[in-house]
This record gives sequence, structure tokens and C-alpha cells, in this order.
Amino acid sequence: MEKYIEINNAVKSFGSVKALCGVSLTVKKGEVVLVIGPSGSGKSTLLRSVNRLERLDSGEIFIDGESVTDPNADIRHIREEVGMVFQSFNLFPHLTVIDNITLAPITVLKKTKDEAIDQARSLLAKVGLSDKEKAWPEQLSGGQQQRVAIARALAMNPKVMLFDEPTSALDPEMIKEVLDVMTELAREGMTMLVVSHEMGFARAAANRIIFMDAGQIVEEAPPETFFTSPREERTRKFLEHIL
Amino acid sequence: MMKGSPLSGRDSKNPNQTTINVTDGTLIPLKDEGSLLSAWNISFFGAVALLVILPLFSPDPYLRILSFVPDGLVATFSVTLISIFFALLIGLFAGLGRISQKLFINRIATVYVEVIRGIPLLVQLFYIYYALGPLLRLKGPPAAILAMSICYGAYMAEIFRAGMQAIPKGQMEAALALGMSRSMAMRKIIIPQTIRIILPPIGNEFIALLKDSSLVSILAVSDLLRRGREYASTSFRYFESYTIIALIYLVMTLFFSRLVGMMEERLRHRGKVH
Repeated sequence: MEKYIEINNAVKSFGSVKALCGVSLTVKKGEVVLVIGPSGSGKSTLLRSVNRLERLDSGEIFIDGESVTDPNADIRHIREEVGMVFQSFNLFPHLTVIDNITLAPITVLKKTKDEAIDQARSLLAKVGLSDKEKAWPEQLSGGQQQRVAIARALAMNPKVMLFDEPTSALDPEMIKEVLDVMTELAREGMTMLVVSHEMGFARAAANRIIFMDAGQIVEEAPPETFFTSPREERTRKFLEHIL
Repeated sequence: MMKGSPLSGRDSKNPNQTTINVTDGTLIPLKDEGSLLSAWNISFFGAVALLVILPLFSPDPYLRILSFVPDGLVATFSVTLISIFFALLIGLFAGLGRISQKLFINRIATVYVEVIRGIPLLVQLFYIYYALGPLLRLKGPPAAILAMSICYGAYMAEIFRAGMQAIPKGQMEAALALGMSRSMAMRKIIIPQTIRIILPPIGNEFIALLKDSSLVSILAVSDLLRRGREYASTSFRYFESYTIIALIYLVMTLFFSRLVGMMEERLRHRGKVH
């Protein structure tokens, strides 16, 4: 399989805090990679570097062979192909659900309004929210907002999806509806890089699990081996806390 | 509306709605003053009653004064409306400059805001009309509008800045992640949300500007105050003239402050009522 995301020796500090201390990782096309680790381990920073919401101090990131970290990179074009889902949903509160989804396809991809609306409706059907297209974000539950956010990202026809703790801000009963959508996406062959502690999703959909701590990758393994026989002591300690 | 300040940080009823605190907003009526004998009702209807009763029972001089000042009212409103329009334009761009990541633009905008806010409006009016008079050759009204626009532009800039900074960072990030440019994200995402939360403070600035516009009477602009002064100096009815002028200003500012209060209340509930 071809490499889709390639991260080489990523280093990033915030002031005196080292968030990433030389992280290298590749995600192949169609692969679902889950990043876990204690808070402050650098996992979100790593994810946010992939579409350059954070700029690395050093190191390189390529998406489908295109450099993200090159200062002259056409970052907007790269971002069109990299969907992102945030912990806090970040829906646009002044726009209805359908306008949230169609805004970028119309303004960035220059789709016609009809085309964008047709596509948005089929995406809403896919995330199970067909009846909510005229709703305002604040009328929706957290789980519904996050599913709209996924639909909004998918409307750009991304080749890869980044998920930054997509269920951390949700009540337990809403987590499943979001994970179901993500699992379905994984089944369809979407390349996904996911920062999450959802072990159910890890077992159901992840090809590989990356454990990060203190800005470094400590261990990586397929889910079965990762949960049953972790190699590193630090991984074992962490798993004791979350399992 | 909130106690004390109508524009404070987070509303307990609706934690998703971010509002900003820029001016003290003492003019805005408070919700718990909704009774018939609220301070606003007493002041407003008291002033209106006086404006009706005084000319009715004592037409000379009150009715004469009332019929003498309307063109001053027109001048006051034109200066206020034109100035607020330009102040908003200046404020938008200076506010964008204040949050710009380009150091040069940021400095220019910040220096403008600091300098202008540090000089009294009356001094700025004198400066543009008299000190720069030989250079600009402006008549009273345009000089007044220029000075008020520049002055209030600086205050508007701070409102725009605070408003834009009150929008959660995730909004810009979500827009960028969708492939939008920074300027497109500003236009489509940040500014529309900003306008919603800055309307009440802008309304307050409008009221403040309406009152401050009385300062332009010293630049040979025949505004409300100047018309009152003209009447007083020919009739020597100082008490009566300035009483009427004060009452007219009071009725106007109280009226607009109620309007701003209602607008704020409506904006708070927007989104739920669609």
C-alpha cells in the first residue's frame, strides 16, 4: 500500500514546553491509525501539524507526496483534501446545518449551490440527520453537532480525515452515534488518523494503535497485540488507567 | 439584560452566547427596573410630559423655543449619522489591523487607537478646525464630521477588536481546515458572528456620539445646542432655552438606549426562535 501521510522527525515546542520531540509516522492509504496517550503527550499537536494548524519547528510532513511543511506549499489546496473534526465541533453558529456543510464546497471548490445542497443532503442522510438540515447548531445535541461536523468535513471529498478527540466533549450516550459514523467511514476505506481513547472504536476499526508519551511514540502495534500484550512498561501503566 | 453592565462576559441563561464588555453602558435600562415607576419610565415620560406641558401652558417662550430648534435637530442627526457611518468603516479596518499578525499594520492601527483615545474630543475638534484649518480648509460641518469620525473610529476599533477576539479560536481553525483563506474566513465566519455581538456596544457608541455631537456647536455648526444658544442670546431666556434643549437630548438618548436594550434582548434569543 502507498504511504499517504508521512511524518518525518517532527519537532514542536510551545515556549519551554516540548510538545513533539522527533516523531515519525506513516499512514498508508485506507489505513485507520489511532493515537492514544496521556494529556500533554503531544498527540493533538501531531494531528494538528498534519494540516498545518500548528507549524513544526523542524521535521517534514507529506500528504500524498506533497509537502505540508514547505513554507511555499499550497496549504489551502492540501487542506481541501484533509478533512478535520474537532473536539469542540466548531460548527459555525450563525449558519444552519445545511449552510455549514455547503459553505466550503461553494466558496472553496466553486460548486454550484444545487450541487452542494444535493451532496450535503446525501451526507446528512449518511450521518442520520436528514431531518435537521434547516436546524441551527445550538438546537442540536453534542452528538448531532459532531455528526454534522463530520458531514461538513466530508463535503470537501477529502482523501484523509483527521479526528481530534471527537468524542471527548460528548455525554456517554452520544458517543456511540459518532463512533458508528466513524466506523462506517473506516469500513468504506477512508484513510483516518484519530486521536481518541475510545477502545471500542480501536478494536472495531483501527489497523494500528500508536501510544505517545512526552512528545514521543512509545509503542505502535495492531489493536489485538496492543491491548493484550503491550511491549513497553509505560504503555502497560497507561492501559491500566484507561481500561 | 444583565445587572450593572449590559455587555458583560457570559450570560448565565445562555452560556453559548458570547457578549463583550466594552463600555459601561449605564444608559441601558435594567430588566429588574421593568415596573411602571422604573427610573427609565420616570425620566423618559417625565421629560416628554414637560416638553408637552411647558409649551402648552406657557407658549411664550417655550413654544417659540420648540419651533426655533428643529433645524438644529436635523443638523445634530446628520452629523451623528454621517460620523457613525465613517467611524464604523474606520473602526472595522482599524480593528482588523489591531488583530493583524502583520507587525507593521498592527502597529499603525494600535498607535492610531492609542493616540486618538488619549486626546479629548474637544481638543481634536479644535485641532482639525483651527490648527489644521489653513491646511484642510474645511467648513464647520465637514470638519466636525471628520473629527468625530476619526475619534469614534478609534473606539469602534476597540469594539471590533474585542468582538472578533471573542469569537472562539476554533471557528477560524475550522474555516482554515476546510481550505478557506484567512480573509475568506474573516468575511464568511468571523465578521458575521462579530457583528451580532457588537451591535449593542455599537448602539451605545451611537448614543454617546449623539450626546458628544453637541460639542460641534462651537465649530459654527447649527446643531441643537447652537440653535438653543442662538435663541437664548437674543431673547435672554437662558433658563427656558437650555431646559428645552436638555429635555430634547434626554428624550432622544433615553429612547435610543431603550432601543439598544431591546435589540440586545432580541439578539440574545436569536437562534432559538427560528
